Amino acid sequence: MGIENGLISHAKPQKMGSFSTNQICSQVRRDIIRMVTDVQSGHPGGSLGCTDFLTVLYFETLEINPPAFSMNGEGEDLFFLSNGHISPVFYSVLAHRGYFPKAELATFRKLGSRLQGHPCTEKGLPGVRIASGSLGQGLSVAIGAALTKKLNKDPKLVYSLHGDGELQEGQIWEAAMYAAANKVDNLIATVDYNHKQIDGDIDDVLPLGDLVKKWQAFGWDVLEMDGHNFDSLRTTLAKAKTMTGKGKPVIIIMKTIMGNGVDYMMGTHKWHGSAPSKEQAEKALAQLEETLGDY
Amino acid sequence: MKAFKIIDEKDTRSGFGAGLSELGKTNPNVVALCADLTGSLKMDDFQKSHPERFFQVGIAEANMIGIAAGLTIGGKIPFTGTFANFSTGRVYDQIRQSVAYSNKNVKICASHAGLTLGEDGATHQILEDIGLMKMLPNMTVISPCDYNETKAATIAIAAHQGPVYLRFGRPKVPNFTDPNKKFVIGKADILSEGTDVTIIATGHLVWKAIEAGQALAEKGIDAEIINIHTIKPLDEEAVLQSIGKTKCVVTAEEHMMNGGLGDSIAQLLVRKMPAPIEMVAVNDKFGESGQGEELLTKYHINTPDIIAAAERVIKRK
Repeated sequence: MGIENGLISHAKPQKMGSFSTNQICSQVRRDIIRMVTDVQSGHPGGSLGCTDFLTVLYFETLEINPPAFSMNGEGEDLFFLSNGHISPVFYSVLAHRGYFPKAELATFRKLGSRLQGHPCTEKGLPGVRIASGSLGQGLSVAIGAALTKKLNKDPKLVYSLHGDGELQEGQIWEAAMYAAANKVDNLIATVDYNHKQIDGDIDDVLPLGDLVKKWQAFGWDVLEMDGHNFDSLRTTLAKAKTMTGKGKPVIIIMKTIMGNGVDYMMGTHKWHGSAPSKEQAEKALAQLEETLGDY
Repeated sequence: MKAFKIIDEKDTRSGFGAGLSELGKTNPNVVALCADLTGSLKMDDFQKSHPERFFQVGIAEANMIGIAAGLTIGGKIPFTGTFANFSTGRVYDQIRQSVAYSNKNVKICASHAGLTLGEDGATHQILEDIGLMKMLPNMTVISPCDYNETKAATIAIAAHQGPVYLRFGRPKVPNFTDPNKKFVIGKADILSEGTDVTIIATGHLVWKAIEAGQALAEKGIDAEIINIHTIKPLDEEAVLQSIGKTKCVVTAEEHMMNGGLGDSIAQLLVRKMPAPIEMVAVNDKFGESGQGEELLTKYHINTPDIIAAAERVIKRK
């Protein structure tokens, strides 16, 4: 599996309404750049890297009903963002998917906003079911929600997304052990494997070793996908779904490039948690077509 | 001073177990999680009766708190069980983000709180848990005094929407409250009325406060005894009304002075009605191995310490 050299992969864009996946992704990336530039803070790198995944997940995979958002989410698929710092991409995708007006993206990280620096439930933003930001907690939460779905005989699934650096948190492995031992098989976790964290390359900070073998050894079914190839995203997410209900939790190791979509942000940890200047943002936006309309 | 009859001697953790068993029968949404201390927490009956609603998470408390938060999404009411130390300090950030900030309907049930855990020593004798929990927005903090009250509190918190910290203990202590009394969260229980000094206690120290009140009565001092089972939200009205009458107060708890019940009462008085206060609590020290009663005496939080504090505070009026 190779990540295509260059920007976003454009394999067989699927029409959604009048817009292709690729067009939605382009707009989401514009939103990310504009949001973090406006407040000169936030995390563009991981946001850009997870744009393709979250767009496909929310527009094609998840069985959800955004206008009727409820905390309990009965009869719907649930998604938990464990690496809460990539809130810009999460908020943009939620807005375009219809959870709240896209104009609200302009309030990101500002006083009184429902779009806090890291996602929370306290401000009542539709689409968010748990606070995240302090890393390592979302897999446990997703397991709990999956257990409730089983108790409620709700056949829908639970999805979660985790940063690769986040896997350095011990709680992740407590959760990994639990889910396999207790056959939590209505759960599909994904790891954003971009090999970067704030202080640099994962391999320089604290190497993760062989992630596929690690998760297999913990008793999970493991898939791999290219996080910038729509075909790979679609087929792997579809395959993951067919693997649920078979006694094992499923995890997808998703290879991504941090900063994907903006040439000077790609493949470096420099933009993990810092915003571009206005000039740099102009340069980024010039690479990203406005498709659905800026907020 | 009113007379109190000891019904029997029982551990408060068994009151929790009994309350949980009853909830198992009456509320299908109640689920329970335990981190390898099912017997110690007296959760075995719930586990046996409702295996599909019981989750053994192993020695992984952080994961337990996260799973509990997730279980609320879809309407379950999770009760987590482990020792107070592992229920709070060990998982503070998990409680802070996934439970308190997210305002999830999780009931954190903590046994073996304080010094009376005994021989296991300071690693397990948490004396900071009330402080840790009461600092969290959205968190209700409850510390019942005996078996009957712990059972009633366990049942009551299932009907309360929002995160709760329920603190109880290991040793057998006098069980004296009315088993039919309804537990009202946030309502102080005035056990005996008096005019000379208010003694406000929580948890195991409530019975010690009653003993102190009886001893003071023999010395001609009329003490008002209040059981504060809900430390947060504090029944400010009842506390101010009592101290308004007696003009001085002693607080008593099996907890650190910093961050405990006395701290909450002192803060209230300073803000609204300054009055002399003496605090019977552990003063900036870790505990140690020993028997519960020996430890309460060594760390100056036993009945004679409450009596002495009352006599001191009356002189300060």
